[in-house]
Amino acid sequence: MLMIELIGIQKQFQGQDVVHPLSLSIKEGEFLTLLGPSGCGKTTILRMIAGFEQPTEGEIWLAGQQVTDVPPNKRDLNLVFQHYALFPHMTVEENIAFGLKMKKMPKSQIEERVEEAVTMTQLTPLKARYPHQLSGGQQQRVAIARAIANKPKVLLLDEPLGALDLQLRKNLQSELKHLQRALGITFVYVTHDQEEAMMLSDRIVILNGGKVEQIGTPREIYAAPKTLFAATFVGENNIFSSPEGLFAVRPEKISLAQADSASARKTGVIQDVQYFGNVHKLMVQLEHEPMRVTLALDLADDHTWQIGDVIGLNWEDKDQVVIGS
Amino acid sequence: MSRHKLGMAPVLLWLSLFLIIPMLIVAGISFLQRDALGQLVFSFSIEGYKTFFDPLYLGIYWDTIVLSVTTTVICLLISYPMAYYIANAPPRVQTWGLILITVPFWINFLIRTYAWILLLRTQGVVNTLLMEFGWIQEPLQLLYTPGAVLLGMVYNFIPFMVLPIYVALEQMDKRLLDAAYDLGASKWKAFRHITLNQSKSGIMTGCVLVYVSTTGMFVVTDILGGAKSAMISNIIQSQFLGARNWPFGAALSVIFVLTSLILILLFNRAMQARYLKVKEGGA
Repeated sequence: MLMIELIGIQKQFQGQDVVHPLSLSIKEGEFLTLLGPSGCGKTTILRMIAGFEQPTEGEIWLAGQQVTDVPPNKRDLNLVFQHYALFPHMTVEENIAFGLKMKKMPKSQIEERVEEAVTMTQLTPLKARYPHQLSGGQQQRVAIARAIANKPKVLLLDEPLGALDLQLRKNLQSELKHLQRALGITFVYVTHDQEEAMMLSDRIVILNGGKVEQIGTPREIYAAPKTLFAATFVGENNIFSSPEGLFAVRPEKISLAQADSASARKTGVIQDVQYFGNVHKLMVQLEHEPMRVTLALDLADDHTWQIGDVIGLNWEDKDQVVIGS
Repeated sequence: MSRHKLGMAPVLLWLSLFLIIPMLIVAGISFLQRDALGQLVFSFSIEGYKTFFDPLYLGIYWDTIVLSVTTTVICLLISYPMAYYIANAPPRVQTWGLILITVPFWINFLIRTYAWILLLRTQGVVNTLLMEFGWIQEPLQLLYTPGAVLLGMVYNFIPFMVLPIYVALEQMDKRLLDAAYDLGASKWKAFRHITLNQSKSGIMTGCVLVYVSTTGMFVVTDILGGAKSAMISNIIQSQFLGARNWPFGAALSVIFVLTSLILILLFNRAMQARYLKVKEGGA
């Protein structure tokens, strides 16, 4: 079943296209991520789905109903705000109960729902605290609990982990994914972090300058990027030009060959060696071409490469990904 | 920590030199006596406090509290919508709004208050207009009434209420409102549960400022209230300057400072109750 349908939605601010016409269907229970650099329009799209922005053109459907003109407080979805927007004068418990109170749910039922939400987000011992008494990660959990307590059809998340440090992000990423599976709610997630998008999503929409670059599963996007932007924004990539056009080869698809041997497609000089433990990366300056290539070698390669070594590069035809533009 | 305390030293010095010590002196005088010429006599007496319980003074005391509370409430009712409008207006309108609020301060307070006489007196602007329109036959007695005093107070102290509330509203995180709408709150409920609470500090500051200023104001009463209306501050002033009964004036001052403190404390207690308990039933 389709949960959200965006039909040709478009947003202009002062005559400028912030979001170019976009059509997109999101299935029930899907984890969909809007991925792109800042200013790409991803937050605007999310705010249009939430109802805080009106599309200049187009329609928004939620669970089979047209909601384009429905105000945010009447849409059966909830937003987890970028900076949480927790109510500072209410305890954790009161924050979580707020949406239920607005729906005039009976007290006993509110208590039940709050209990459920704090259990799922491991906030039980912090129920009576105020937001300012919580760490960033805990506040973020309250924001999520406050949203899911309403059992919305869709949960919208606007860079929910953006303000947290790396280790905490990693932990919360897996918690979020787990939560989404447990709840079965449709998640629409906004981020600029491509790794986060890859790890969490069923499908990713890559946006750039208000336009969709590609929509696909993480695997499709990594293995077969359709545009130059998609090829370089998600994961590392090497872009080569040939008479037929541009093509991309991922660093881990490039192998080494004897310099100037018949099996070498390109030859170059090692400019830098980066050791990461599980892989090491070589930056190679190509000869006769003003271009640097990155290649990743796995542990099996125990050769110690030196800066200045001349090496040949090779890859298989199937690993060449032709890019549209 | 000690550096922190050191930094407070000038403030403490200022407070003790110009507030605490003078107040102690006043409190001390309130327990003294005076001789026939009005000179202080250094012997203990509670005569000043006894005089206060004269029904005449009790009546004035009560009137003063009623007038001050009324002024505060009216100021709040007028100022909140003003502050709300200014705080939510585009930046240009905000700047102009704030300028307009503060413009009256550019003119001496006495002159502004005297100007009301021109408006309110029997042949004043208001009466003349009303008679022109034929709405009244006889000029109304507007000046030298309790209403005129109330008007003068409200007029003078509205900025004291608007500015703190404006600051609180302006500093409020507007995303909280988005969050409230997202969670199903209507505009009114979001205002009640979020905006009102977030502007509480401004309401408190404004109310205390207006209340305390009103109780201490004797000029407005003199100018617009005529001889008939008196506030406790008028009595205090006349005891010190006219009647030369310093012990009584001091006793009145002490009683009034304590009354104000108690009222403000009670008010703060009520406001501090975490939620502004607006009746849930009306939701």
